[in-house]
Amino acid sequence: MSITRRVLFAAAALALPAHIAAAETVVKWLHIEANPVQVKIWEEVAHDFEAKNPGVKIEMSFLENEAYKAKAPTLLQSKERPHIIYSWAGGVLRSQVEAGVLEDITAGVGDFKAHLSPAAVNAFTVNGRLYGLPYTVSQVGFMYNKELFAKAGVDGSKIAAWDDLMDAVRKLKAANVTPIVVGGADKWPLHFYWTNLAVRIGGQGGFQAALKGENGGFEGPVFQRSGEMFKQLVDLQPFQTGFLGFKNPQAVGYFGDGKAAMILAISSFYHTQRALAADKVGLSDDKVGWFNFPTVPGGKGDPADTLGGMNGWLVTKGAPKEAVAFIKFFTSEEVQKRLAAGNYIIPTYQGAESGLGSAFMRNIAHNIAVSKYHQNFYDQDLGPNVGRVVNDVTAEIAGGTMTPKAAAKAIQDAYVQGN
Amino acid sequence: MLFLPPAVLLFTLFVVMPAGEAGWYSAFNWNGFGRPTRWIGLDNYRYVFENRAFGIALWNNVLVIAVSLVVQLPLALTLAVILAERFRGAVALRLVFFLPYILAEIATGMIFSFVYDGNYGLLTAIWGWFGAEAPHLLASPATAMPAILVVIVWKYFGFHMMLFIAALQGMDRGVIEAARIDGATGWQLQRHVVLPLLYPTIRLSIFFVVVGSLQLFDLVMPLTRGGPADASHTIVSFLYTFGVMRMRVGFGSAVGVILFVICATFAFTYKRWFMRDE
Repeated sequence: MSITRRVLFAAAALALPAHIAAAETVVKWLHIEANPVQVKIWEEVAHDFEAKNPGVKIEMSFLENEAYKAKAPTLLQSKERPHIIYSWAGGVLRSQVEAGVLEDITAGVGDFKAHLSPAAVNAFTVNGRLYGLPYTVSQVGFMYNKELFAKAGVDGSKIAAWDDLMDAVRKLKAANVTPIVVGGADKWPLHFYWTNLAVRIGGQGGFQAALKGENGGFEGPVFQRSGEMFKQLVDLQPFQTGFLGFKNPQAVGYFGDGKAAMILAISSFYHTQRALAADKVGLSDDKVGWFNFPTVPGGKGDPADTLGGMNGWLVTKGAPKEAVAFIKFFTSEEVQKRLAAGNYIIPTYQGAESGLGSAFMRNIAHNIAVSKYHQNFYDQDLGPNVGRVVNDVTAEIAGGTMTPKAAAKAIQDAYVQGN
Repeated sequence: MLFLPPAVLLFTLFVVMPAGEAGWYSAFNWNGFGRPTRWIGLDNYRYVFENRAFGIALWNNVLVIAVSLVVQLPLALTLAVILAERFRGAVALRLVFFLPYILAEIATGMIFSFVYDGNYGLLTAIWGWFGAEAPHLLASPATAMPAILVVIVWKYFGFHMMLFIAALQGMDRGVIEAARIDGATGWQLQRHVVLPLLYPTIRLSIFFVVVGSLQLFDLVMPLTRGGPADASHTIVSFLYTFGVMRMRVGFGSAVGVILFVICATFAFTYKRWFMRDE
């Protein structure tokens, strides 16, 4: 599929000179979206923009997620850099700002940013200057299969505390149902457990203190306890056989096939489980439930706190001003409502979430709206190196090759070394 | 003398300068953006040696060499001795054994990741015939590397076999005839006449085994990407995963320099000690 698209892009690139002759400005837009349905909608958005702005041509190109991360430093420092790039905010954004490869778009965006979710805009602000516009947010929580839960006599809507989750795992195992599926080979699906526990145990204060190196930093009690509680879950052997060999898409497909009762999911898996299921249909809306990551006894985090992603578009240094106009258009009410209607994203434009078609997605939007502390993914927020060490050590805890204490120390060591 | 400058220029441009640059970068904490400015001396080397996964990677490279020497070369040698004779089907069998070598490494890795798949794989089906539940070989730190070693032996024994067959066929039949007339029989002939005549080829094979192990990357990535829990990394996959993917150019350069030192040391000493006659 992606090869076909690459061929198409190559063909489009060959056909380009004819268009360039007519267009005055070309805006090069690099995205990492692999879902063809969504890419099609983005192409429509680009066409709409072109129609409204004669003389501007949006040129889309695609890089696969991991390839994009590997190529970004070289790409951004070349003269051929794209004008608009994808971003998860966080540490990578900060190092790009430090390197001076991004355009300060504070003035270009102006008052428009007031329409977007403040937490998400804040994630794209470095040292008081705005470098990008967020177009979607997501939440991490448990997606569950209602039929399998019923089979084991578990009520998903009643799971609120950590012990409820542990009970549910035990009951599911007793009923011969695989309790949880996880893409352990990719590591980051496992880091969601550890980081969600840290959010519940330490709250925003715990994370901020660790960043400043207080309370032992990431080696402190909050993070050791996160590891220990994760270990408690691991000791119940809740995951599918061979979970360390599963990549995330396989795991999501496994859930979509109805072979496991739960998956600690990014809210966007609501869509991907259908696309990745063997029958391409997956679980229908009435079979899928959601509960937030359970609370922990004595935890300092507010039960409404959320962990999730904030994704947006950055404008690179020297890009034409039309690039800013385009990302403003992309995050405008009209476009955001359209994307929301298809349930593709949780929009950042305030009020656009009312356009969300499914109750599932409306619930996620509500959770994020009422959350006072929305923690960005650790592996993005802490930057490319420290973030991946978090992924490494949580996978090691899950595999039983590292103690929670040693894991916390490894993260702190990496944090001191820096990115 | 006239032909020296172009060669020196190319060597400088594509070997000496990149190696020197890597050495320079390895002294910085640098993420690849802008110019390297945070000088940290030899700290990157310390981080490399302190990294648990690097130890595993180094050990895995040794393991690949050991298994190649103990399993792969004897297997290749035995088959070569049998297939060097002219009989019906010998050529066809040579081709069959050589085929895995022709296959691209990435393709091989993908194919075997399907073979090993614990849910749908070929191995799972075979296990199923005996009513047993198949192990997820690539999903367990204990079995991932052995599973990769099997693929390596399968893929490369044909190449070494071909080297040996070529050497056997180029051998002076007169020497063997003379030994026969002197009364040497089967095993004696192989052990005391043929094998010594193969030593130069065996030394070459060992050279390829070691160099191949140090380069091993494209087979590991599609199979395990170095996992689970970093159990199946090689030096190069370690460099890629921990240096390139994490934007730690300084750290990755340090690994590159270490790899370069290992390669250069091996190449020079091996040539000096074992291949000086050739």
